[in-house]
Amino acid sequence: MTTTTVEVENLGKRFKDTTALEGFGISAESGTVLGLLGPNGAGKTTTVRILTTLLRFDTGRAAVAGFDVARDARQVRRRIGLTGQQTAVDDLLTARQNLVLFGKLFRLNKAEARERAAELLDQFRLGEAADRSPKQFSGGMKRRLDLAASMILAPQVLFLDEPTTGLDPAGRREVWDTVSHLAADGTTVVLTTHYLDEADRLCDRIAVIDHGRNIVEDTPMGLKRRMGADRLEIVAADPDDLPVLVGIVEPLADGGVATDETAAAVSAPVTEPVAALTAAATAVRDKHLTVADIGLRRPTLDEAFLELIGTTGKEEDRT
Amino acid sequence: MTAATLPDETLGARVKWTLHDYRAIVGQEFTHIVREPANFAWQLGFPIVMVLLFVYVFGSAMDVTGQGAGVDYVAYAMPGMFAMTMAFGFMNTAMAVAYAKEKGFVDRVRSMPMASSAVVVGRNIADTIHAAIDLTVLAVIALVIGWRSEGTLLETIGAFALLLWLRFALIWVGVWIGLSVKNVEQASNLFALAFPFGMVSSVFTPPELMPDWLGAIAAWNPVSATATAIRELFGNPAAVGGSWPETHALAAAILWPVAITLIFMPLAVRRFQNLGR
Repeated sequence: MTTTTVEVENLGKRFKDTTALEGFGISAESGTVLGLLGPNGAGKTTTVRILTTLLRFDTGRAAVAGFDVARDARQVRRRIGLTGQQTAVDDLLTARQNLVLFGKLFRLNKAEARERAAELLDQFRLGEAADRSPKQFSGGMKRRLDLAASMILAPQVLFLDEPTTGLDPAGRREVWDTVSHLAADGTTVVLTTHYLDEADRLCDRIAVIDHGRNIVEDTPMGLKRRMGADRLEIVAADPDDLPVLVGIVEPLADGGVATDETAAAVSAPVTEPVAALTAAATAVRDKHLTVADIGLRRPTLDEAFLELIGTTGKEEDRT
Repeated sequence: MTAATLPDETLGARVKWTLHDYRAIVGQEFTHIVREPANFAWQLGFPIVMVLLFVYVFGSAMDVTGQGAGVDYVAYAMPGMFAMTMAFGFMNTAMAVAYAKEKGFVDRVRSMPMASSAVVVGRNIADTIHAAIDLTVLAVIALVIGWRSEGTLLETIGAFALLLWLRFALIWVGVWIGLSVKNVEQASNLFALAFPFGMVSSVFTPPELMPDWLGAIAAWNPVSATATAIRELFGNPAAVGGSWPETHALAAAILWPVAITLIFMPLAVRRFQNLGR
């Protein structure tokens, strides 16, 4: 059964002199991971702050876990968890004391709070560090403690604002594994990131945001597909061969042939990738040419992202 | 442990859970003291150093009674020191609140289904209790140095109550500042303003000994009102000038905190509610 747990329509938010969000909409079904991807200042954090009841908005509608964010803030708060950009735990308390405190603030009694803290410490592999101060934790451990604190009531929707910013590769991997597990267990996750590999790896759907607008919302694969066809690419061993290579690629191409003099590469979009690759390889061999590389390239999410962001940038230039 | 098991929203349940939230926040402050007694000691270090400096270094040159330098200076300075500690204490509140806000702790708590007033009110209760502990420690040091309350037990208790009353009022100022500044650094910079607020008063020096205009400011300073009032209650009265707050020190020491609370409590609460703007 899939239900929509995050529904945002036509959201608008203005700060004094800037428009943070305008006509913004996203949706996420339960048990999926939605990524909000965009450059700094795009409106990602504003969106998360609105959906977690921290910030009021001006226009539109936002519902989380079936409750209106503006009207039923308290109901929403019972069903969400939030991990912000910084580690929002009390450094002067131990990890365990932090979780017990948050348990109490989630209205558990003392015994329940202690029990839940122990469970979470175990689940997030912090058992050994439980009675130390988070000051002594690695970045990854701090994030895990932060995540644990967001999971006190096993929230339906978990919001993560740049969960891996500032972490080393090991720490990122820890957080990724944790998020994947939570989503597999049925938690809906909404995360913001400006790392494309992170979005590609974790998210079921990605909303690309720029200038407070949702430019596109799609699966990672769909986003890449929007970039158009696969490209056939040949890198010459000798730059003098470039004209010959252009001659080989041209009849196979479904669009313009691009020549990159610096990289000594020729590339073009192709509709029948495998046939085109075989034909190109055969032609290279028949002409007794030596090439540094020949292959098919699928557009990366980086290219999809830059393409999409670039488009809005140009639109703005025109106004 | 699901949302369904959470308490209903009857008035009784709300009051009960609100108190529960206050207790959790107050408990947090106490865990701080237990876990990091060094922090607590450092916060008290300033008033203690000031006591020693003024009593032993400057005190011998101070003639506050008109009977010669150094005479009865401890009796004059100790109540002033109590008042000053209460006055400066609100900076600790401001910094603690600014820190919690900067670190995202305030946001985390605001996204929880708890009574949001606990952040502001809980902080106030915790800091008032914290101030009571400060006062106890200072009083012990004062006794060691040789200061004694000459008042009755009731008067002595009344004097300490007045001190806490001043601190309670100033905590609202601290919460308001803490929520208004961008970060802890900005909050700590405000110490430059808090310092003259504590010092341009009757804490260490009678206002009559200051230039007229400064003396008038010092006489009307809420800290002076409390200092003068508790000197009377402790039975260590000092010669005072003729201005209203000096001749009616007890009334002034009660009314000033009322005025401060009436102004800054709504400001602090408003500031907290507007974090969502």
